[in-house]
Amino acid sequence: MAIHHKRPALLGGKAIMEAIAASFKRLTPAYQMRNPVMFVVYVGAIITTILCFYHAPGSTEKTWFVVWTCVWLWFTALFANFAEAIAEGRGKAQAETLKAARKDLPARKLKSAKDKSNCETVSSSSLRKDDIIFVEAGDFIPGDGQVIEGVASVDESAITGESAPVIRESGGDRDAVTGGTRILSDWLVIRITSNPGESFLDKMISLVEGAKRQKTPNEIALAILLAGMTIIFLLATVTLLPFSMYAVEKTGSGAVVSVTVLIALLVCLAPTTIGGLLSAIGIAGMDRLIVANVVAKSGRAVEAAGDVNVLLLDKTGTITHGNRQAAAFYPVDGIAHQQLAEASALASLADETPEGKSIVHLAVSRHNVKERKSTDIEGSFIPFSAETRLSGVTLKDGQILKGAADAIEAHVERLGGRSSPTARAQIEKIARDGGTPLLVAQGPKILGVIHLKDVIKHGIKERLADLRRMGIKSIMVTGDNPLTAAAIAAEAGVDDYIAQATPQTKLDYIKKMQAGGELVAMVGDGTNDAPALAQADVAVVMNSGTQAAKEAGNMIDLDSDPTKLIEVVEIGKQLLMTRGALTTFSISNDLAKYFAIIPAAFASTYPALMKLNVMGLTSPESAILSAVIFNALIIIFLIPLALKGVKYLPASANSLLQRNVLIYGVGGVIIPFAGIKLIDMLLTAAGVS
Amino acid sequence: MNLSFNDWAQIALYFAVLFLAVKPLGLYMAKIYEGERTFLSSKMGWLERGLYKLCGINAQEEMGWKAYSVHVMVFSTFTLLALYALLRLQTHLPLNPAGMGKITPDLAFNTAASFTTNTNWQAYGGESTMSYFSQMVGLTLQNFVSAAVGMAVLVAFIRGFVRKTAKTIGNFWVDMTRSVIYILLPLSLVFAVILTSQGVVQTFRPYVEAHLTAATMGSDHKPVAVQTIAVGPAASQIAIKQLGTNGGGFFNVNSAHPFENPTALSNFLEMLAILLIPAALCYTFGYMIRDTRQGWAILIAMTVILLPLMIFCASQERGGNPRLTQIAAIDQSSGNMEGKETRFGVVNSAIWAAATTAASNGSVNSMHDSYTPLGGMAPLLMIQFSEVIFGGVGCGLYGMIVYVLLTVFIAGLMVGRTPEYLGKKVQSFEIKMASIAILVPLVATLGGAAIAVLTAAGKAGAFNPGAQGFSEILYAFSSAGNNNGSAFAGLNANTPFYNTALGIAMLFSRFWCMLPVLAIAGALAAKKSTPVSAGTLPTHTPLFVSLLVGVVVLVGVLTYVPALALGPIAEHFNMLKHLHS
Repeated sequence: MAIHHKRPALLGGKAIMEAIAASFKRLTPAYQMRNPVMFVVYVGAIITTILCFYHAPGSTEKTWFVVWTCVWLWFTALFANFAEAIAEGRGKAQAETLKAARKDLPARKLKSAKDKSNCETVSSSSLRKDDIIFVEAGDFIPGDGQVIEGVASVDESAITGESAPVIRESGGDRDAVTGGTRILSDWLVIRITSNPGESFLDKMISLVEGAKRQKTPNEIALAILLAGMTIIFLLATVTLLPFSMYAVEKTGSGAVVSVTVLIALLVCLAPTTIGGLLSAIGIAGMDRLIVANVVAKSGRAVEAAGDVNVLLLDKTGTITHGNRQAAAFYPVDGIAHQQLAEASALASLADETPEGKSIVHLAVSRHNVKERKSTDIEGSFIPFSAETRLSGVTLKDGQILKGAADAIEAHVERLGGRSSPTARAQIEKIARDGGTPLLVAQGPKILGVIHLKDVIKHGIKERLADLRRMGIKSIMVTGDNPLTAAAIAAEAGVDDYIAQATPQTKLDYIKKMQAGGELVAMVGDGTNDAPALAQADVAVVMNSGTQAAKEAGNMIDLDSDPTKLIEVVEIGKQLLMTRGALTTFSISNDLAKYFAIIPAAFASTYPALMKLNVMGLTSPESAILSAVIFNALIIIFLIPLALKGVKYLPASANSLLQRNVLIYGVGGVIIPFAGIKLIDMLLTAAGVS
Repeated sequence: MNLSFNDWAQIALYFAVLFLAVKPLGLYMAKIYEGERTFLSSKMGWLERGLYKLCGINAQEEMGWKAYSVHVMVFSTFTLLALYALLRLQTHLPLNPAGMGKITPDLAFNTAASFTTNTNWQAYGGESTMSYFSQMVGLTLQNFVSAAVGMAVLVAFIRGFVRKTAKTIGNFWVDMTRSVIYILLPLSLVFAVILTSQGVVQTFRPYVEAHLTAATMGSDHKPVAVQTIAVGPAASQIAIKQLGTNGGGFFNVNSAHPFENPTALSNFLEMLAILLIPAALCYTFGYMIRDTRQGWAILIAMTVILLPLMIFCASQERGGNPRLTQIAAIDQSSGNMEGKETRFGVVNSAIWAAATTAASNGSVNSMHDSYTPLGGMAPLLMIQFSEVIFGGVGCGLYGMIVYVLLTVFIAGLMVGRTPEYLGKKVQSFEIKMASIAILVPLVATLGGAAIAVLTAAGKAGAFNPGAQGFSEILYAFSSAGNNNGSAFAGLNANTPFYNTALGIAMLFSRFWCMLPVLAIAGALAAKKSTPVSAGTLPTHTPLFVSLLVGVVVLVGVLTYVPALALGPIAEHFNMLKHLHS
């Protein structure tokens, strides 16, 4: 499991002070204008401030009422600013550590990649794309780049929070290095891949600071809707002035509704709760992603993750443990179990691969084979190569080899031995069950078969079932043959699989899915994944991956954990759900506010309307004030929810909707009745009424 | 509840017959719009093809949403101007046996705007203003085409959901022509014949002079011995005014007039005709998107709003006005009969009032102004739900689908997905257009009413003082701003101010809703379609239907409650206060 960054507490003392300061600083017209809903509150606050000092002639309005309304309108604006500032503050601490890593570093720039001695020392800030640099143990890597020569261990903890060093080398799938990380051993020649200000670190800093946060498509759509609703309520309240004038004129009783009351009504009706929390929700969503150690290149990608309905999951690492493990020995032709186990263990002693280690482990733990080290043996080891597809050991009394069935059989036949029909049958059986058979031979004699098995990760089956409940199909991608793939797919419970996957088959599969309207997410790391990553709607790239893959993807997982994709989807969904829930809550609140304000506003003209004062609020002034105060305080109360996100459950759309409508819709209707009544009682007790 | 078994039975019968007609008619209309052959193809096909040939229309040509909109606007502008000219030139045109005089420019504008927008607000009295020619050629023709335009836009809108990554949404001329030839014309023909069988007049003869057996006194206190009885080609106009949700009566008192609506059967059929096509179009929609559950869901949502308000209205009227009993000892045991016809009674008046305001029909068989405060608020509220509860033919359903998009957007977010409806993602462009379509009627209604109460000309129109007078003004602008056409009759609307203001409100509301809807259609047609999965928000469930109902009601109520508080609500509580004092 990855080591996650230490999170600042939800509301630390220092963070709160900074957020409060920011709330005031943001009370400028230019800043407020960015959010139409809150701008209405802002203008309302300014108008009531003027009304505090200037009374309309003939107005009977009580000054204290105007002052109180005015104060709480300012609070409403401040609370919204505060919510945003608090959300941003949570990313700040992380931005600080990242900034420390970005400090100006000396860099040894090479004239050419061939000649490592001919270098000049320049500042990292002067490095441009395609510059070639040289770094060695102890150096900080001055910029993002691709390793073109050398192998080195690198400490990437500044970026990933993971303290174990990682290997970076040229030519493979581990050729990407990040600026600000440190070389621990050896040296590298690196081709720089980003210009100053565009590096991964820069992107990450601007992301966590929320400074360059682009509004996401759904956020824009919601903002339009909220602005539209605000216009509706603006219309409904502005026209009330002439309507009220007409009513007073015709009945000859009471006073025309005051501007203060109209502003209070407008602010209460406008969706200020969601309007005030909207940007905080967005920032917090990105923040949750960072907590999961994933860096998204854009907020758009996070939202898209919520929409995904097909997940391409790599078998290895996601569905199964990274490696196959030996599950059983099957001796043939009169060979004893013990003998096969002994021989297999010997052949694997020097095999450092997890498969090799698991064979030794199985022999030792189950067949009482003596535990030995490769150095205890007199003999030479034959390493595995892709060409021979076998490995083993040469001892005094002969050679023991293990490997792919056809390779071993060919080898045995070359030595004059015979292939064993029993072994062949066993091999076929293992393959049919999704396992990998290894044949073991001593000299020209086949001893038996080792059953290597993919071990399904604990809990993955449940997780995939959760995905299915949410309507997301999981597709297992594997290089295995179809038989093996089908067996593992069935065991893990994926919906479909791509066997013998090549970059091209992956790309084709994604295109086919997309043509059917599906949104596809995938995980990748290698350069050959790049085309598929670029084609996928959401592409999470392992931080250990190549530079090409990182550029093709739209999210980078710093932990290089392929399971992370599922988490990313959940974060995307949660982000949208929080917005939807708070919008519903915000609108549902209006009902109670009408019951508070309408009778209060018009009772002087039509006293009979006091029948609508179902909450029994003390006076018209306290009724309106209670609604305004409730409206302001609810923003503060909902900040934790906005930051944490509404509870996410893997369930079908209909049951999620049912749950959220019940909590935020029905709850949103009821809560303000209680809240407004309570505030009115407190105001009355305090003598403000 | 104060309704009798008979009252309940009448309401139940009404809905039962209506719902029985939904599927056959809806299916038939879907086939017409999809260009399939029907039993009328062989009989009417020559007319369709002939019209295309005559007008130089290429029926195969497909239009994008912008082209479609331009054709809608050009056609509507042309018919608006033509009707205006026809009305202004009435005295020079034939078929004017009663010698109807000139129509003022403002009234002609108002009437032309009203009939072009399918509103059929009538600031005039038919039998005392319009010649037979104006009624038949001007108004009736417009009744057909204005309804057909609404249906055409709906069909184009539906194609936005049906088509995938397409640039076009159909051909306006084809959609409109088919609506008229295969749907409105045959239905109206059959209906008109049935109406004449019930006694609705249909004649070119001049008004009849009847010699009274007992002389009476006129309003000028002179004895009257001869009564002029207005007749005319009424049945042909009444059939389409009911079916096409037009509502413009042949006679001033609309379907309260015995020659327009003589019997209980004619009344039932006319009520049925109000909601017939709007209800059936829901099925047409479901069929065209190949998921009839979606159509039924919308129809049920509409009914869930209409039915309680209808019952509420009937119940309020059944209860009568207790103040009348208190002050003048007027018997209210049969309910509030002021402004109602004895041959229909309270419940059939209430069913009609609710249906005609739910659908943007606007025809009446009783006078809404005379309803009890809350009984009269029911029709007013139905109008203020932006005429999406059944609504006008075509426009009601596309308006409702705009509300569906809004509901899907909020509900969709709550399930954690970019909201989608019928596989199409609802994104910022659609929300922007939907917001405009929802906002426009509100602006027309509240803005118009505000201007009216601020100006002397506006205030002069109200017949009653105080809250009732305000209700009259609010009702007029609600009616015009939502293209309904019914009125709280107390308002004196045939003045330059009201004719102009209401005319503008009608045009503004009709076309500024239509254009965003077509824009949405274009945007949706261009999108890919997302296949349905467990993560897709189902839009045919009871839960979604309740949410949709909630959104429609909430938008309507939140927008209009402050204004209603100063009108019917204040009046109601005043009535109660006086009752108890």
